[in-house]
Amino acid sequence: MTARVGVVTFPGSLDDGDAARAVRIAGAEPVRLWHGDPDLHGVDAVVLPGGFSYGDYLRCGAIARFAPVMGSIVDAARGGLPVLGICNGFQILCEAHLLPGALTRNQHLHFRNRDQVLRIEAVGTAWTNAFQPGQEVLIPVKNGEGCYVADPATLDRLEAEGRVVARYVGGNPNGSQRDIAAITNEAGNVVGIMPHPEHAVEALTGPSLDGLGFFTSVLKHLVGAPA
Amino acid sequence: MPRVVVDVMLKPEILDPQGQAVANALPRLGVSDVASVRIGRRIEIEFTGEPDLDRAREIADKLLANPVIEDFTVRLAEADETADARS
Repeated sequence: MTARVGVVTFPGSLDDGDAARAVRIAGAEPVRLWHGDPDLHGVDAVVLPGGFSYGDYLRCGAIARFAPVMGSIVDAARGGLPVLGICNGFQILCEAHLLPGALTRNQHLHFRNRDQVLRIEAVGTAWTNAFQPGQEVLIPVKNGEGCYVADPATLDRLEAEGRVVARYVGGNPNGSQRDIAAITNEAGNVVGIMPHPEHAVEALTGPSLDGLGFFTSVLKHLVGAPA
Repeated sequence: MPRVVVDVMLKPEILDPQGQAVANALPRLGVSDVASVRIGRRIEIEFTGEPDLDRAREIADKLLANPVIEDFTVRLAEADETADARS
């Protein structure tokens, strides 16, 4: 049976189409979810795509976190549902307290848009099991508020528990502490990543096909996961 | 109706690039005696009934501020200090 991966659209989402396409290219069935509908329609995993949810009027993700769909996603994520937050999705996961820390304005205040090398540090998560430990991948980054911050104790805990999923290599595009580009929760089912793997799944539109690994990982995870 | 003022500021240990950019611009105005600038956000809340500081604190904690990176203070506005009173 084909895995069904939900992709949430918030007002202001702009990478939901690409995320759904990445899901399809990876071999799963994308299911479009609407922020105002708390029903997850029986999906096996969820992607929170990039964009500018609810205009980010207050802080990135602060208002999106209260969307009806997020209540269901938070509950399901605590129960083990794989959830990937990309860029704005990462910000929403932090605001929803599914991931620790916060994302703040890039240290240099400039929007950064470039192809970025990342090193995959944790391959035990639902979204990175298709990678080799230490594998370097090339994935676009594009953000204005992508600077990951947390207090030193939280950062130390993330490092000690192997929850830093990916780090920037060859230059840090936003000033994130300890070059952190992606983190996971304790269970490894929730991952937040600032760069955009969904933009690196086809030779025509991306700098590599490295992003596909995130989406094939979740399929592998679902096959292995107890029903 | 009195308003509740919520001031949200980045915690001191969090880098404030906006404030730093402003501080760096000050010498162009001929200002050379400013050590640092921090930029925050001021929110004025008007309740339909009596102003409720406890509710305002709850709103600030859950939505207006992100306690991971920000501190906030909550107080009643003086009669003449709200945006409308000044305009």
